[in-house]
Amino acid sequence: MDSNRLSRIDDTTWRLEPSGAMRAPVVIYADEPLLRGMDDKVLEQASNVATLPGIVGAAYAMPDAHWGYGFPIGGVAAFDPTLGGVVSAGGVGFDISCGVRTMLTGLPASAVEPHKATLAERLFAAVPAGMGRQGDIAVEPAAMDAMLEGGAQWAVAQGWGEAEDLARIEEQGRMRGADPEQVSERARLRMRRELGTLGSGNHYLEVQVVAEILAPEIAAAYGLRRDEVVVTIHSGSRGLGHQVASEFLLEMAAHGMPEGTQLPDRELACAPIASPLGQRYLGAMRAAINCAFANRQILGHRARLVFGELFPAARLSLLFDVSHNTCKEETHTIEGEPRRLFVHRKGATRALGPGHPDLPEAFRQVGQPVLIGGSMGTGSWVLAGLATSEARALSSACHGAGRALSRHAALKRWSGRKIQDELAAEGILVKSPSTRGIAEEAPGAYKDVGAVVLATERAGLARRVARLRPMVCIKG
Amino acid sequence: MIEIKDQAGTVSERKAMKAGGEPMGTDDRDPGAGATRPTAAAASSGAGFALFPHDADLGVHGQGPTVEVAFAEAARAITAAVTDAPVAETDRVTLDCAAPDRDLLLVAWLNAVIAEMAVRGMLFGRFRVRIEGTQLSAELWGEPIDPLRHAPACEPKGATCAMAEVRREADGLWHARCIVDV
Repeated sequence: MDSNRLSRIDDTTWRLEPSGAMRAPVVIYADEPLLRGMDDKVLEQASNVATLPGIVGAAYAMPDAHWGYGFPIGGVAAFDPTLGGVVSAGGVGFDISCGVRTMLTGLPASAVEPHKATLAERLFAAVPAGMGRQGDIAVEPAAMDAMLEGGAQWAVAQGWGEAEDLARIEEQGRMRGADPEQVSERARLRMRRELGTLGSGNHYLEVQVVAEILAPEIAAAYGLRRDEVVVTIHSGSRGLGHQVASEFLLEMAAHGMPEGTQLPDRELACAPIASPLGQRYLGAMRAAINCAFANRQILGHRARLVFGELFPAARLSLLFDVSHNTCKEETHTIEGEPRRLFVHRKGATRALGPGHPDLPEAFRQVGQPVLIGGSMGTGSWVLAGLATSEARALSSACHGAGRALSRHAALKRWSGRKIQDELAAEGILVKSPSTRGIAEEAPGAYKDVGAVVLATERAGLARRVARLRPMVCIKG
Repeated sequence: MIEIKDQAGTVSERKAMKAGGEPMGTDDRDPGAGATRPTAAAASSGAGFALFPHDADLGVHGQGPTVEVAFAEAARAITAAVTDAPVAETDRVTLDCAAPDRDLLLVAWLNAVIAEMAVRGMLFGRFRVRIEGTQLSAELWGEPIDPLRHAPACEPKGATCAMAEVRREADGLWHARCIVDV
């Protein structure tokens, strides 16, 4: 991206003032190298978001922002329903409530290392991964409604997990306001055999070791100890969420806005929050969030069972579970006044700072864990929300490394088998149904996640707590 | 760079595009061409598909002498995004969808194909599309996914309106493109 098009506010803040149809500025958080590496499309898409009715503050882009569809990935935008604000199916994305959960094992890496190959095999067998691998849970219609209402709370009631997990999940594992009636039969059919499955693409289950601690006091509050093993899961609402998004995207594109409304990009398809269509979408999307909560709860439970078989003394406890593709109704202070806003985070993580009333008691003093996925080779990060993030980006932070190369380019450059062998030589076992999929997700296809989280910290969005290095990676 | 595959799956540069496909249905400027044409005739039709790069996702591009063929070829591109392996035509599925305009009909069609893949656990290798006004009906031939043989590289989530476009270009062919979230 050409930085000359932007005003530099400080080392990590760039701003484009409103012009033309824009109703708000664009604010990009990134250091100069990350900004230069961003596609110009990020600015174009964020500028388009800034034209939507009822936008409040700015159209924000996180340090991992990249070219998406409609909204940039790594985009944050809030809308006020009293000002004609909109909700956008494209602004949430297809993988509704895609997110990350990290579980602590309490096991030292030295105890896991000798059993790594067996652990990888058993996790790969226990967690269906990749297209065409159905789960062994058949969700009947009555159970589907209960799952869409209850989320992880429903899953725990069915025996998948433990009651204490719920306090460590965003929204306590159940998104209020879900309306299962708005979830179509086709969406339910797509989910019937997909609950408890990982999915494909950039979704993964990783066994990781805490390689570095940068904020000891916060790490202690989170239960993170150097050289101990954690399990991290990246997945979402599976086919149900994809179908909800597909259907509402088309409906919003065709009939979402009053006749004569001009949108700069059809993918920005949206509807007024206060409209019947907007309300129907919100009900369905919240049901899909519950689906994602239930799915990650079941995946976590399966990881627990595998660890329990191999390491009987281990007790996996949930650090946190947080989504990065949502639209949520939240209160934010804008120019000194609290306002109820609908905050879209598409490839951006909610990052509540210390003292926020929505935080579980365990995190009230230190801020919310912000779980950042990297790539198979470069590892992941645990950050902590900062109070400054509220004013800077409506309590939001990055969500991952962001792609540096398209899947197409990655496939041309790398062989999946070779990547697998090279990572194995580094002590990272990768299991996947597809070597082509491994090539498309090659570590080199991603930006430097270390640079992304450093920029996130310098921008006052979230603070680095711990770096995680992968030991085993189950890819879909 | 854009790669185009002909019906036999041969990769070629766009400029050297091979004809292929099984052109079907009608071009709305050519109401008399409703019947399925023989494969031999298709060899010179210009039908083909391509995947084009998009940061995190994939672009699909189908082209052919009619809108219907372009739609069918765009669906073949989705299959090609998932697997390099051949897809047998053991099962036949039918579907219908509708949208208020041609661009949205492409998105609706590809979403319907993706939903059939997911619900039935199938991959499809051949498509026959008919369009009348804003209504589309189609037949799909394919087989259940064999994870070992097909080794799916990705799971299409949905077709987006991003870059969704159906138009006849200077080459005289219909082109249908959009971004698919994977």
